[in-house]
Amino acid sequence: MPTVFDRRAGLRWGWIAGLALVFIAAIGMLETFDERLILSPVLSMGFLMLLWPVSVMGFQASAVEVREGTDPPRHGLGSVLTGALVGGTAATMLAVFTWVLATFDLRFAFINLSPALLQILTFSREPMWLGATVMFGLVVLLGAVGGAVHLAPAGMRKRGFIVVASVIVVALFERVFTQILRQIRAEDVFDNVFGRSLINLVFDEGGLTWGVALLIAGVAFWLSGRKSKGRVQNMTNRLTSSDRAERTRWSLIYAAGVLVAVAVAPVLLGSLLSEILANVGLFLLMGLGLNIVVGLAGLLDLGYVAFFAVGAYTVGLLTSSQFGFEWSWWAALPVALVASAIAGLLVGIPVIRMRGDYLAIVTLGFGEIVRILFLSDWLKPAFGGAQGIINISPIDLGFTEVSGISPQSVLYFAAGFVAVAAWVSWAVQSSRVGRAWTAIREDESVAEVMGIDTVRAKLSAFVVGAILAGAGGALFAAKVGSIFPTSFRLLVSIIVLVIVIVGGMGSIRGVVVGAVVLIGVLGGPTAPGLLLEFADFKLLVVGALLIFMMLIRPEGLLPSVRRSRELHHTELTQDAWLDKAGEAADDASEVPG
Amino acid sequence: MALLQINELKKSFGGIQALGGVEFHIDEGEIVSVIGPNGAGKTSFFNVISGMFVPDGGEILFDGEEISGLEPSAITTLGIARTFQNVRLFANMSILENVMVAQHCRTSRGLISAILRTAAFKEEEREIEERARDILGFFGTRLVGYRFDQPAFALSYANRRRLEIARAMATQPRLLLLDEPVAGMNPKETAELTGLISRLRDERGFTVVVIEHDMRVVRDVSDRVVVLDHGVKIAEGSYEEVSTNDDVIEAYLGRPAEETQ
Repeated sequence: MPTVFDRRAGLRWGWIAGLALVFIAAIGMLETFDERLILSPVLSMGFLMLLWPVSVMGFQASAVEVREGTDPPRHGLGSVLTGALVGGTAATMLAVFTWVLATFDLRFAFINLSPALLQILTFSREPMWLGATVMFGLVVLLGAVGGAVHLAPAGMRKRGFIVVASVIVVALFERVFTQILRQIRAEDVFDNVFGRSLINLVFDEGGLTWGVALLIAGVAFWLSGRKSKGRVQNMTNRLTSSDRAERTRWSLIYAAGVLVAVAVAPVLLGSLLSEILANVGLFLLMGLGLNIVVGLAGLLDLGYVAFFAVGAYTVGLLTSSQFGFEWSWWAALPVALVASAIAGLLVGIPVIRMRGDYLAIVTLGFGEIVRILFLSDWLKPAFGGAQGIINISPIDLGFTEVSGISPQSVLYFAAGFVAVAAWVSWAVQSSRVGRAWTAIREDESVAEVMGIDTVRAKLSAFVVGAILAGAGGALFAAKVGSIFPTSFRLLVSIIVLVIVIVGGMGSIRGVVVGAVVLIGVLGGPTAPGLLLEFADFKLLVVGALLIFMMLIRPEGLLPSVRRSRELHHTELTQDAWLDKAGEAADDASEVPG
Repeated sequence: MALLQINELKKSFGGIQALGGVEFHIDEGEIVSVIGPNGAGKTSFFNVISGMFVPDGGEILFDGEEISGLEPSAITTLGIARTFQNVRLFANMSILENVMVAQHCRTSRGLISAILRTAAFKEEEREIEERARDILGFFGTRLVGYRFDQPAFALSYANRRRLEIARAMATQPRLLLLDEPVAGMNPKETAELTGLISRLRDERGFTVVVIEHDMRVVRDVSDRVVVLDHGVKIAEGSYEEVSTNDDVIEAYLGRPAEETQ
């Protein structure tokens, strides 16, 4: 039996894991996240962040490559040892780091290297070497566990993963669950009946209590064992079914489901979570718009925030008491849409003939120009300069007003806008102009020769994208009530682009997922997400996520069929080539003519 | 009057003269082959006609109208379509979509009607799809049925060439420019496509210019053959006339050794 102890892989992955550990500790993630418990009272989010890389890399290092025509090496003690070597290497680096931390005071340069961090790394034990040794052993053990996972049969491995993931997810999103429990009055009822707080029973300082954790693990284990294979596949099959009637019916059913969920969500979720979701809606609106520009027409626009700003400023200008117009939001909205469309044309006409990187750079410049114009003293009488525009009137619905004071109302409103934007995205995608966009993205010169006026088609993509961003801006102005040039930084463009990339270019569902993950979970450029603790590390996580996606899944989380075809072109072509053996036989039997 | 009349067409790239004053004409309903050794300027000739390159001099009259300097899309709209020597399909679009998108310049519904899904929009979409199916049906069983929804890159080499022709047909041209339509095909496929080129005129009424290296194809399809070398026309006439012309033989095979000295 070939041995599977792989010294080189162990050292290599161990080195990476060690770097990750030291990095996480040194940037203060460990310390910040230590406040937040996952499993009460032993496991904090800080430790979770610190320890998972070791296990994952232990698992990676001891994975074996299966080569055709050879017996794959079997997993055994060697896998565990490789994992342990990963752990050992990482632990050594962490130990050195701990020693440096204990010996020198480096806070003049690295503000996070504090005594508090040292305490965490040594479990606040005295003498210090004892704690450090325990930490060393723990890291080695986790590496070994990572390697040992290979010994479990594939099915069990998957179930184990689901169990661990569900416990962690429930604990991470503690805020959602407690909020729902409060909102549906389960908390009060429980309190009345049993005289105890339900939330305190489940969560302790944000961490799951042991009993509940075990319960969740049990349920997850039971559910993961049931045959669920193909169920999601079934759902998507229904939506892409060749039978038109069935497709329509299921689309309607799913749409109704979404509608009900959206109608109920604000009631269940309360203000804070509604606020987060309303932000998701805003970015979703922009994401859908940019998806048309980048995902469908292939025009990399890095100054997209400019159109968002134009929409917001138009509404601000027309509705705020500051300038004496004081229109209603409804009257200002069409003007804002037209203004952003014109802005799209103005930016588009000079730059649209450029391709690829050049277009990206020029739009980047235009985005900044727009922000600086709004910021300038020169235009201060018109746009308020750095002081921005305040007192923007809320949206008057007759029976109620939509503004940031009531995030629920904003959420309903944003949901309506998103529904319209999604419809527009879908409708243009499968139309004459949508096909022309796809052709331009595929090969611009050929599209031109095939009779498509590429300048006009690209401009129309630009304008549609601009209008959607303008609608987002109009909503944003009414929501926050006051706008400043700082709200329209380059970062917003980048985040929206990342939403589109992470979700999957050209895919409406993908953009939804991207917005929920990035804005909902991690938080937007300024607004917090569900994981409040991530606020300081948001950009780091976004960057890491982007790199990870580019390496592992460049087509995004929920890609459009066409996009994933593009990126896995070679593999499919190979398959097609293999299939051709059969096809050639078919061709030969056909009579020509 | 000739459908396409080209006078003194010139195009150079830096110091290299790709076209040095080409004279060319084709009448409605003709099939004309353009041949010549590698680097003779055949593809540049097509590129200039289809508007991808702007000529340095000379005139291109399509149906009596000057078209040099127009945008490629405008030229296609006037009724000239082409295929590419190095197949350039929209690889990730389906076969049906490739043919549907090429009807862009013959259709008109814009974004607003698409968003509102108006009756006129639906009607036009139906027509586009129907025409696409009809055009693909021209190639027998090769590009129909389950193939409609396959991405273009999944096609075999010969089928990609067929789809290129289908896509050009979909722009509803009067003049079709085929750039080496049988390059890389095996003898059986070549024979099939040769018949197809004749059918393009006989059944669909296209006027066809073919660039081709395969002399059997040239012999079988052409009413007239034009030979280019170093960017100028060195011979013109029927296949028999051209194939015995000394200049042509010299262009392909070179001068006998004693004469060059």
